[in-house]
Amino acid sequence: MVLSARGLGKDFGGFTAVNDVDLDVEHARIHALIGPNGAGKTTVFNLLTKFLQPTRGRITLLGTDITRTAPDKVARMGLVRSFQISAVFPHLTVRENVKVALQRPNGLATQFWLPLSALDRLNARADDLIERLGLAPYRDHRAADLSYGRKRVLEIATTLALDPEVLLLDEPMAGMGQEDVQMVARIIRDVATERAVLMVEHNLNVVADICDHVTVLQRGEIIAQGDYATVSSDPRVRTAYMGTDA
Amino acid sequence: MAGKSEPIAGEHVAIHPKAGQIQLALVAVALVLAVLAPQFLYPIFLMKLLAFGLFASAFNLLLGYTGLLSFGHAAFFGGAAYFTAHAVKVWGWSPEAGLLLGVLGAAALGLVMGAIAIRRQGIYFAMITLALSQMFFFFCLQARFTHGEDGIQSVPRGHLFGLIDLNDSMNMYYFVLAVFAFGLIVIWRFVNSPFGMILKSIRENEQRAVSLGYSVARYKLAAFVMSAALAGLAGGLKALIFQFATLTDVAWQMSGEVILMTLLGGIGTLAGPIFGAGLVVTLQNYLATSDFPVTIITGVVFMVCVLLFRRGLVGEFFASKLGRRLGFRAQS
Repeated sequence: MVLSARGLGKDFGGFTAVNDVDLDVEHARIHALIGPNGAGKTTVFNLLTKFLQPTRGRITLLGTDITRTAPDKVARMGLVRSFQISAVFPHLTVRENVKVALQRPNGLATQFWLPLSALDRLNARADDLIERLGLAPYRDHRAADLSYGRKRVLEIATTLALDPEVLLLDEPMAGMGQEDVQMVARIIRDVATERAVLMVEHNLNVVADICDHVTVLQRGEIIAQGDYATVSSDPRVRTAYMGTDA
Repeated sequence: MAGKSEPIAGEHVAIHPKAGQIQLALVAVALVLAVLAPQFLYPIFLMKLLAFGLFASAFNLLLGYTGLLSFGHAAFFGGAAYFTAHAVKVWGWSPEAGLLLGVLGAAALGLVMGAIAIRRQGIYFAMITLALSQMFFFFCLQARFTHGEDGIQSVPRGHLFGLIDLNDSMNMYYFVLAVFAFGLIVIWRFVNSPFGMILKSIRENEQRAVSLGYSVARYKLAAFVMSAALAGLAGGLKALIFQFATLTDVAWQMSGEVILMTLLGGIGTLAGPIFGAGLVVTLQNYLATSDFPVTIITGVVFMVCVLLFRRGLVGEFFASKLGRRLGFRAQS
């Protein structure tokens, strides 16, 4: 077990957004978190990555309790997330975006007395990742100039630069064309061979295709867990998605 | 600043092949002008310009390159002026030691104020810095060593390293110019360093920087302290140039003035704050003798600039076709 949550809950004022969520994310597996709009998927993400402080429950990462840990510390421990709205540094080039992620683990983040050329030794690593994710032709483009799909890919590239144990992807394929979806799905499957992946995804074809384990949330609570076939035949899940008992 | 988008795609202007050399040449011309200027202009006026140029540049390090709007920089500028003046006058320190004390004092103030203010963002950050600097103002009003309304008068300039007589206005001018150049080099290096890159990424997308494992608050605090220290350098210089330190230097109007200078010149550009400071100081100087209130004129100039040149004078030039062809880029 790489990441696990027990009895996770979050209240906003009187409103319970997430309640009693148990979740286990395992090494080398792709775990999907699905559910209708407003089910609390992103809130669960924010809780797991500590961008939100849980009201109830415990979270452990690699055997360490992180329930009260700061988000940047959690990231340094190996739990790295992406965002629903693509999170890149828009005025930096593709290469600079990846290098920013590489700076900290390589001990090149605090030197205010060195010239920028000190970062040149990260170029090879950065270019490797850029190449691997098919961004090589755009290496020197500013991130803001990339298409939406490529921005998402760039975000995954910067996330991978940290070589995280657990990768949390918040709707990595939202708003992408079919071609990009295939490419990103391939990338995710590829990276999941050596780390755990937890992703929120609306595209059920993708979930069926690449995810080993599915958790379904509704109104902040888990209504089903298991592989895609089990979950998709669950009557409660069908009701949640279709709104009928059919 | 974060969230402000400029036309990024649109027309692409190719950078002139010799842009780097042209930029260097411009710096060299500026340097020659600065060296020759006291032959033609009143040295005290020029020194005032340099001191405020440095102050605005220090402020810009925070606003332009870190994206934090401080409304309390007068505390560092004025505080350092008091520290330097006191050390030189009462303790008989040498001018360079006095300046150093001003810088360290301002950095310490910056550490305390920054540590408190950095927890909040945007307007709340600005308000907290304002409140803290007002507290410092009232401390200065009451404290014995500042001499309240009188300020510290007739501060001796002394001898630099015990050798060069700074009472000679030409010596003093070149000393101020050297300190100014040193300050700018420090800022330039700071911005164009691995650390500066992280500051830039925090300004562009703070959440993302956190998710990449950066302790954003610490980076902001480091930038805040550096900005405070450099503002202190400017304040210490000011005390030596005019040979006094008064409450005007720690008043909130001073914090407002440095914002004005920086915005007029163009945030996120190295030259912008210097031009902005030059403009404001020049206006103040020429209008000082007129009956018309200076603040009204500077206010009108500011409004016109905000309406017509939103990037500031230098910022607009950098964003123009010619500016981009010469390879200039504002960091905002």
